[in-house]
Amino acid sequence: MIHSHDSPIVRTMARMLIPLIQLFALYVLFFGQYGPGGGFVGGVMLGTSLILGLLVFGREESPCRLARKVVHGDGVGLIIFAGVGGLCLIGGGEFLNYSDLEIPWVTADSRRRFLGILMTQIGVAVDIAVTAISIVFSLSSSDESEHPDD
Amino acid sequence: MTFSFEILLLILLVVTAAGAILVKDLFSAVLILGTYSFLLAVVWGWLGAVDVAFVEAVVGAGLATVFFLVTLFGIAPKDTHIRRSAPPRLALLGLPVLGLLLLYSAEDLPEFDDPASPASVHVSPDYLTNSLQDTETPNVVTSVLMDYRAFDTLIETVVIFTAGIACVLLLGRNRE
Repeated sequence: MIHSHDSPIVRTMARMLIPLIQLFALYVLFFGQYGPGGGFVGGVMLGTSLILGLLVFGREESPCRLARKVVHGDGVGLIIFAGVGGLCLIGGGEFLNYSDLEIPWVTADSRRRFLGILMTQIGVAVDIAVTAISIVFSLSSSDESEHPDD
Repeated sequence: MTFSFEILLLILLVVTAAGAILVKDLFSAVLILGTYSFLLAVVWGWLGAVDVAFVEAVVGAGLATVFFLVTLFGIAPKDTHIRRSAPPRLALLGLPVLGLLLLYSAEDLPEFDDPASPASVHVSPDYLTNSLQDTETPNVVTSVLMDYRAFDTLIETVVIFTAGIACVLLLGRNRE
């Protein structure tokens, strides 16, 4: 059912808004330790920007090629999150106890925990963005399979 | 001034919640539900829970509305109008009684900003005092979510991943 939108106003606005949303999403993601926000909100906003492109430009046009590739990354965010926990295990500590995270040139416990929080937040953001896009993709593709001549 | 604002907000919440349930057209119901989520986000922000307000505004008012709308685009137009039968008499009698019981028991809850309430004496003083020197993170919500309670967040991420996988498997994106 998702076709590209004809109106030039909508297309131009989307073309302007998508980078802005992505910029704000990255701000929310990386400044979640100083202000409101964090991995969940940043991931949802990243996913939403790609969904906006999908809804406005349709499934075939170039801004959606990224979204189409992203869908194959189910579970990458989870691997990042659990991988940080695994790195803590390798560092000789407990699972997800970031003070044992082995990062070169970083020795202070609090700095390691800061970086651990940052990396797990990126994992959460990737996981949620990919999940949001893949849900929209699967919702729209099931419709097209019912009407192949659409 | 503050008092009238909060009363107005709560009335709007009840009106939008009732409207989302009672309206016949499902598109209108989805949009009213988005409005409800946004008002709820205002309530969260007004109570001081800025992170929760942010999530409510982005997920409840934004992403959930988009999911509902995409679903409605996919179904036949005649299915977007629904006819509801009248509620059973037992529900009409029982629900007000339940509401009165809840209101009665709400009197025993601790005050909103009571520092001696059970929720704020167990572990949260620890988190509030140690977060900055433990993790260099001024936002305590983030440090609790991602460090002190990282296991919970990991399992939440697994839940979201499972939801995405289930949607893809059930709706079949590779059938095209």
